[in-house]
Amino acid sequence: MSFDLLFDPLFRVPFFTGLLLAGLLPLIGMYLRLRNEWLAALAFAQMASAGALLAMVLDWPMVAGGVLAALLAAVLKGLAARAGANAYALMMLLAWAGGVLLVANHPLAEQAGHALFDGQLYFTGEGHLAAAATTCVVVLPLLAWLSRPLLLGRFFPAFYQARGRSERPRLMLFDLLAGLAVALATVSLGVMAAFALVFVPPLIAYRFGSSWRAGLGWSALIGMAGYAFAFAVSLGFDQPFGPICVLLMVMLFVVSSVKYDRM
Amino acid sequence: MADDLLLRVSGLVAGYAAPVAGPLSFALNRGEILGLAGPNGAGKSTLLKALWGGVRVFEGAVDKAPGLQISHQAQGFDDLRGVPLTGRELLALTGATPDGLPSWLAERLDRRLDRLSGGQLQFLRLWACLTAPADLILLDEPTNNLDRAGVAFLIDWLGHAHAGQGIVIVSHDHGLIDEVCTRVVEIGA
Repeated sequence: MSFDLLFDPLFRVPFFTGLLLAGLLPLIGMYLRLRNEWLAALAFAQMASAGALLAMVLDWPMVAGGVLAALLAAVLKGLAARAGANAYALMMLLAWAGGVLLVANHPLAEQAGHALFDGQLYFTGEGHLAAAATTCVVVLPLLAWLSRPLLLGRFFPAFYQARGRSERPRLMLFDLLAGLAVALATVSLGVMAAFALVFVPPLIAYRFGSSWRAGLGWSALIGMAGYAFAFAVSLGFDQPFGPICVLLMVMLFVVSSVKYDRM
Repeated sequence: MADDLLLRVSGLVAGYAAPVAGPLSFALNRGEILGLAGPNGAGKSTLLKALWGGVRVFEGAVDKAPGLQISHQAQGFDDLRGVPLTGRELLALTGATPDGLPSWLAERLDRRLDRLSGGQLQFLRLWACLTAPADLILLDEPTNNLDRAGVAFLIDWLGHAHAGQGIVIVSHDHGLIDEVCTRVVEIGA
């Protein structure tokens, strides 16, 4: 057990790459939960994983493959909006089957498959950090702009239609942003760590947030704090980041539930 | 269309897979409150939805004034438990104003919606539609789930002049229709 590595400059880029994503993913998760579409995040992550593996086999950049696959999933989700959770489940099954077949039939894919599943955060470079920073710069203002339409869609579903306008373009834009953020997180943090950061912080923030704005603040804070702790623990105890992050997130939810139930 | 005319409905027959309601004809001017009355199953809510495009129109026409802004209050609502949204944030979504809210609700505006009673929440949703920027307000059974104080406040609010707007109300509550509507159209079963 050594925590000296925490202060090694080698790990600064991976740490800040993950920290940016850990602040962004819970915000995406708040709106996915609002629309009862949180399962879509797992479908995006699985598709991104399969896309990254395919890209590697074709000798393309894995990040590009993951992002393209997740954006394709976002488009499919928009087109199959009526299918709801069924569409996400079908996407997950498709991505899983494709990913396993690639791993089974290509020698390099097996190693990459493990990296995507466990999370390869420590091997992320400046390219990943630049991509994460750019994604935050692009997604955060757009998410702020989309907040009202997304909330209206839940609380007053006929608002735009009654005014002769369609909400569909805004919803499609949100899907694309969610796909982009989850894909980037998948190739950096791993499938389940990315999903945990989308799913768990909003789950807690919905309980404790005194308003929507406070809920957004809580979720981002929980995501970043949980991530930073998981980073330190996994590095200090020489454990893979993905499962440590997932375990800590689940523990955070359990602890907060106990506190909440006693309030 | 004349300046004051908001809506002209001619021989409207509406429904979903098949026609279920109509025919209905009326014209609505600014400053009018029109009541659509009738027994359960007559298709009042379906016809109201047809006014904003929420259901299929099989026959007839709905002619709207150019640029008409419609605010629509739907009957019933989703389960909002667990969503951390305050009353003030809910009003801001539709552009509604908290000014004029009854005191029993105004003092609870910064609470989460799932900390309000069913009657308070229903009134807040109604208020979000009533005071949203709109030329035409469509209300579907607005007194459902309201407590007595809420119904009294609604009747008082509707009773004041709203010269710039038209209002269409669907209700089985004859007391409300008789008290606030300037005109009533009966819809048969």
